[in-house]
Amino acid sequence: MCKVPSEIVEKIGAAVFEGSIEEAGELAKQALASGLNPLDVIEKGCVPAIEKAGDWFARGDYFLPELVASAEAMKAAMAVLEPALREQKAERKVLGRVVLGTVQGDIHDIGKSIVGSMLSAAGFEVYDLGVDVPGETFVAKVKEVGADILGLSALLTTTMPRQREVIELLTEKGLRDKVKVIVGGAPVTEDWAHKCGADAYGEDAIRAVRVAKELVQ
Amino acid sequence: MSPGRRIRPIEPKLRLSFLSPDDIERIHNAALLVMEEVGVRFPSHKALDILEGAGARVDREKMIARLPGDLVMNAIKKAPSVYTLAARNPDDDLLLDGKHCYLSTDGCGVETYDLYTGEKRTSTKKDVHDSAKLADALDSIAFVWGPMVSAQDVPAETRALHELEACFVGTSKHVQPETIISEEIARYCVEMAAILVGGKDNLKKRPIFSVMQCATDPLGHDGGSLEASLVAAEYGIPTGFMPMPMSCATAPATLAGNLVVTTIDSLSALVLIEIAHPGAPVFFAAAPTAIDLRTGGYTGGGPEDFLLGGAFNQICDFYGIPLSMGAMATGAKVPDWQAGVDNSFSTVAPVLTCTDMLTGAGMLNGSKILSFQQMVMDCEIYEIARMFAQGIEVNDETLAVDVIKKVGVGGNYLAEKHTRRHLKDLWRPTVYDRTPYNVWEANGKKGAFETATEIARRLLETHETIPIPDDQRKEMAEVIKKAQMELAKGGVKHV
Ligand code: B12
Repeated sequence: MCKVPSEIVEKIGAAVFEGSIEEAGELAKQALASGLNPLDVIEKGCVPAIEKAGDWFARGDYFLPELVASAEAMKAAMAVLEPALREQKAERKVLGRVVLGTVQGDIHDIGKSIVGSMLSAAGFEVYDLGVDVPGETFVAKVKEVGADILGLSALLTTTMPRQREVIELLTEKGLRDKVKVIVGGAPVTEDWAHKCGADAYGEDAIRAVRVAKELVQ
Repeated sequence: MSPGRRIRPIEPKLRLSFLSPDDIERIHNAALLVMEEVGVRFPSHKALDILEGAGARVDREKMIARLPGDLVMNAIKKAPSVYTLAARNPDDDLLLDGKHCYLSTDGCGVETYDLYTGEKRTSTKKDVHDSAKLADALDSIAFVWGPMVSAQDVPAETRALHELEACFVGTSKHVQPETIISEEIARYCVEMAAILVGGKDNLKKRPIFSVMQCATDPLGHDGGSLEASLVAAEYGIPTGFMPMPMSCATAPATLAGNLVVTTIDSLSALVLIEIAHPGAPVFFAAAPTAIDLRTGGYTGGGPEDFLLGGAFNQICDFYGIPLSMGAMATGAKVPDWQAGVDNSFSTVAPVLTCTDMLTGAGMLNGSKILSFQQMVMDCEIYEIARMFAQGIEVNDETLAVDVIKKVGVGGNYLAEKHTRRHLKDLWRPTVYDRTPYNVWEANGKKGAFETATEIARRLLETHETIPIPDDQRKEMAEVIKKAQMELAKGGVKHV
């Protein structure tokens, strides 16, 4: 394996940490063009940078828009590096795969997206399906990517029952024991998490990361 | 028997202005430019058909309509600037004329601080009723917005109908739900209200409820909500649109940029309604804010909100459209110092720009927890704002030269007729504590919270809302029963 010239890897790390989205993508292309191993670029450049952003956010030295920009820069770099990785039939280490979305009938986006950014910053691979997501779509994605965790967001008391329905659908499709389910959103409580058959509850993004880590251990 | 007019709108004499005419013009032009070039998302084919028919350029796949400037300007011209929100008790009708500020309750919370045990618990239909009843008993409150909390002990499909019923029973003041977010639910609500005013045709004259919808910032709306509003407009029921752009998340970080988004997300919905039902009463409702930079949370009360709210009020005056503004939406978890500071500023700022409706009193934790005590205390804040906004009247009677001469040097005015004539012009507290220290100590060291608890309990135990005749109550219950059967079959997407 060729030795990674530290300069470009350092630059990618800096771009991810600073949330320079276009630059991160460009640098990733340059890295591949100069013959670097994509796995090294990811593990020595991107991952430490996004973890640092997550740490800074958790201890209050980074504001939310800064964290989200880091996560986006990470995504931009990964969009270039991951196909190259697949070509080599290599795989990067991730803490786990998370499918995430807001349930059907509910269009609240912000909280769920923050949870997504924090989870990617913590080392999870996140598939964010967006908002107003039908149960079947969740289940199909869980199956497709072999998810370890399914995160369901609901911000309305009238859409909370959808969380239970998705969980029931998982059972119906024989997938319930293959994936852990976390629920969250403003009206959701620990109590409801138990009632609807979820494995865990995340009150906010920082706690969401903590429980996600516990669940994949 | 009717108790006569009870509600107490504020008629502000003092006026603040945050934007110059030139600033308003620039924001307006920016909004027009974006609506025409980028467009706005209307995720409803019904809405897109209407817009396309009127000349908007529609992208069906993305469900975006680009709105030409003259289409927007014509729609604004059709919308009335003055109209009435009717109440079940006509004495409490609300004339929206740009000269009065009406206070409502806050709404759509999910938990309640129990008035007797203090425990925080999941909200119920009874809480919806009780909070409406307390609002009925408090003269500072002009109408019930919300409902104040979600009736989580009834089925989700018909929850909005149960809530409307509980509001109508709890208060004879105007009711403005924010939970009517599908065409089907809107039609059942119309049916229920029609029972109380003697038929659907009377709703145009006596719209005893109005609807408010959230926009999906930036540059978008919710399909179900739009279709519900089209139903309301069809029956002459006023319909409001509430953008809630949060600087850094759903709006630019800069406040002027936030105002451009707020303007677009209000105006674009008005355009749809006025094309479909020309002359239909529309209002705007604004809750522009900034995110909490640490958590991304909705802040609900902060200096940016006061500036944004006041400024957007001027923009609404420019268009001649009534405005309802988010006020008193403190993020405090209990009725504490923060709640007092937040709610005072967020009340005074919109009162001083003469916002038509202020929503509203009684909630904590960013509009999530109902507190009956907070409701009573918020009314006191509103009364302080009233006094402040009145300013000072100068005329022969108020200059009081005669009585000054009469009392002369070193006397006092206590027993003077002039004093008796005007003593009630002064502000009188209900919750504030102004007792001497030893009296306060002897009375058990009661603070505002304890006093508010006593007032809320007394009002809820003794107040009587003008009742709805039994046969009408039965008919309303029938509508809900029918709806439950029809909707439980899975007819509705948005629940
Ligand atoms: C912003 C907002 C909107 C915006 C959303 C914009 C967007 N792009 O997302 C808009 C304007 C579109 C909107 C629409 C509506 N809204 Co709204 N909205 C809010 C508001 C003010 C803030 C939500 C928010 O973004 N918070 C900031 C984020 C960071 O917090 P969060 O979402 O809670 O997420 C955190 C945690 O909950 C957790 N979390 C969230 N998801 C998940 C998922 C997992 C897996 C985990 C582990 C954790 C987790 O972590 C997050 C980060 O810390 C809340 C009030 C409030 N205080 O919550 C009302 C609120 C949720 N809305 C409400 C209502 C009623 C509506 C509407 C029905 C109004 C209407 N008539 O149109 C519509 C719903 C339309 C629909 N079909 O969904 C009510 C719901 C009450 C109820 N009874 O159910 C609330 C509580 C406000 C109120 N009291 O009126 N809304």
